[in-house]
Amino acid sequence: MSTKARVLIRPKAGILDPQGIAVEQALPALGFAGVTNVRVGRLVELEVEDPEQLDAMCQKLLANPLIEDYEVLEVGA
Amino acid sequence: MKFGVVQFPGSCDERDAIAACETVDGAEAVLLWHRDADLHDVDAIVIPGGFSFGDYLRCGAIAQFSPVMASVITFANSGGPVVGICNGFQVLCETGLLPGTLLPNEKRRFLCRQLDIEVADTNTPFTRNLTQGDVLSIPSKHQGGRYYAPEPLLEQLEADGQVVFRYANDCNPNGSLSDIAGVCNVARNVVGLMPHPEHAVDPRTGSDDALALFASLAGGRAYV
Repeated sequence: MSTKARVLIRPKAGILDPQGIAVEQALPALGFAGVTNVRVGRLVELEVEDPEQLDAMCQKLLANPLIEDYEVLEVGA
Repeated sequence: MKFGVVQFPGSCDERDAIAACETVDGAEAVLLWHRDADLHDVDAIVIPGGFSFGDYLRCGAIAQFSPVMASVITFANSGGPVVGICNGFQVLCETGLLPGTLLPNEKRRFLCRQLDIEVADTNTPFTRNLTQGDVLSIPSKHQGGRYYAPEPLLEQLEADGQVVFRYANDCNPNGSLSDIAGVCNVARNVVGLMPHPEHAVDPRTGSDDALALFASLAGGRAYV
């Protein structure tokens, strides 16, 4: 029986995020004004047999704890 | 002297790395396929540049789990000299053999330029034949070369002389902290750098300034 989980990974506060800056600069060009502080992260969806292992998976592979924060968004059947 | 050059799916500079190693008189260089855990009795290892595993997830993140890397880690932990270039640097940071990490370039552009690199420390197997302050002309080509280490770690690297190369002439091309172009581990036998010394071994292609680096590496384990 596996469980569905989502892991949200984002650049740590204070880490310059060039992808976010690129998106932030592109939006006004399309007419969307007033957008600030865009940060681009990553969403990993997975099914796991043992949700207890999710934190170790994040630490060892899914995120780089030096530069990224992660959170397990939802764990459901 | 026998060099080993690791090859992952997506590596692209392994042939130049072999040619660079073989500029050393009497040296032989062999490819080490990532699925083969046997290091074939090499005396020094180069992890070359490229896009191992398509840079999926993060640059270098997947390559750290190839069978050859377990052997490289054992080799490094026993004092064997290991040099990671560009993607090889990223792989070594992901394995934890080197401190810190590499982030996307500050200016969001792929960087492809001949740059001056200053030798900041000569107590490593890759720089022992050079003099501190030497400036080498070496090409750089990367999109994710912004060196980063959190503050206490960065201070420790500076205090311990673990910064091996810096971008020279106030030209920091990617936003690396403290102009860092390359670092070593605490034991000093593992070195990583973003610029490509394997492309700077022949004046016909711009520079042969990196010949001295490969000659240094040919000394194998006896480097301190």
